[in-house]
Amino acid sequence: MPKSRVARLGTAPFVHALCLLALLVPLLSGCGVNSIPTYEEQAKAAWSQVENQYQRRADLIPNLVETVKGYAAQEKDVLTAVVEARAKATQVNVSADQLTDPAAVQKFQAAQDSLSGALSRLLVTVERYPDLKSNQNFLALQSQLEGTENRIAVARRDYIEAVRVYNTELKTIPGRWWASWFYPEAEPMQPFTATAGSSTPPTVDFGK
Amino acid sequence: MRRVRLPPVPPARPASKAGVGLLLGVLALLLVAGMAPVRAQQFPQLTGRVVDTADLLSPAAEAALTQKLEAFETASSDQVVVATVPDLQGYAVEDYANRLARQWALGQAKEDNGVLLLVARDDRKVRIEVGYGLEGTLTDALSRTIIDGDILPAFRGGDFAGGIARGVDGILAVLSGNAAELKARAERNRQWSGDEMPSWLFFTIFAAVFLFVAGTFVLTQMARLRGRRVGPNRYRWLGTTWVLGGGYPGSRGSSGGGFSGGGSFSGGGGSFGGGGASGSW
Repeated sequence: MPKSRVARLGTAPFVHALCLLALLVPLLSGCGVNSIPTYEEQAKAAWSQVENQYQRRADLIPNLVETVKGYAAQEKDVLTAVVEARAKATQVNVSADQLTDPAAVQKFQAAQDSLSGALSRLLVTVERYPDLKSNQNFLALQSQLEGTENRIAVARRDYIEAVRVYNTELKTIPGRWWASWFYPEAEPMQPFTATAGSSTPPTVDFGK
Repeated sequence: MRRVRLPPVPPARPASKAGVGLLLGVLALLLVAGMAPVRAQQFPQLTGRVVDTADLLSPAAEAALTQKLEAFETASSDQVVVATVPDLQGYAVEDYANRLARQWALGQAKEDNGVLLLVARDDRKVRIEVGYGLEGTLTDALSRTIIDGDILPAFRGGDFAGGIARGVDGILAVLSGNAAELKARAERNRQWSGDEMPSWLFFTIFAAVFLFVAGTFVLTQMARLRGRRVGPNRYRWLGTTWVLGGGYPGSRGSSGGGFSGGGSFSGGGGSFGGGGASGSW
């Protein structure tokens, strides 16, 4: 009998504590305890979109090279350069966990930039072949490539913005406290350097 | 002497009231400023399906386009919007179109099925910006074909209304090309076409429910701790009898979307990833 009374007395504060907790959890998340992991995941998702779009570009290139070869096989140097740059670029991958590593991000960017360079040289070369320029297959590929370059620019812009939000959260006050208490391993991520088409998409000059 | 001192007091009170009002005003302003998205560019307002800020269309042409686009959205849920701007404020047309389409959030939120046809008058640029969900239908190559084949020839001849109308026809033709897919998309989005609450209303209701629950909880606890016990689970506090137990009022679940249908037009929450094509005349 006394035991059950103790039990009854014991449950009431427990239930109250539970209710208080249920009220506090939304309050806590409201004041930003979850922002750091949330922003981190958003930045990682934005990064995978960047990789996705670069991959899409890499997937277009074999077709493009084949089409150009049909009309301008003698432009071997330019074609080989594109194929090699593509091979190199597809080898350099940055996993979501490596985004805090400046060297990895820079290496990725350098590889993609050299592919961009090789591609634009190829497209300048194409100017000398009017038959190729009016080829329907080539025109379709060209618009796909343009579209992909633009998607890359958008994905990079989104990634830069997501990283900015995440890094700001890590450095500014409530976030900084949360980071030191709950997420000591959280490090700022590496944005792209603004040089290569972060605000303006790389313009490929097709001569018109 | 005392009476001499009295007069200055009454003016002080309104002044402090005004101070409180000012403070509240500033707080409200800060709140609004904090909630409004920071805009780097000044975009035109989404006043309808045809936003003709560059004044390239006659009212009749505008009305015809609006009607066509509205009918198409009813049939398919795809939001196609035409915008003309005087200039791009120094931005690339791709960048400007993407930001504008995202700002307007064209297309339904879960489908991203918006299309923006942007014409920049002074920059002589045109772009079809395609939402994520339609990239597979209205491909870059097809967008390019519409721009090169339908829009630019008319624009080069100075016929903006004709070029825009033909471009819209081309876009709608491509989008309705796959009839089965179009119908499926419309079916999926039928439930969203009306009676959705705006997000601010949803937020207000949520805040009210939350405050009510939290307030009840705090008050009953205060009554238990500070009040006088007058019966089992009954406490007298602040001149009222508080009855405890029987659980705390729970919050009702509610789902809300972020757009409204019907009369006024607004974006459905769709997003854009840079699909489409551009051209210049």
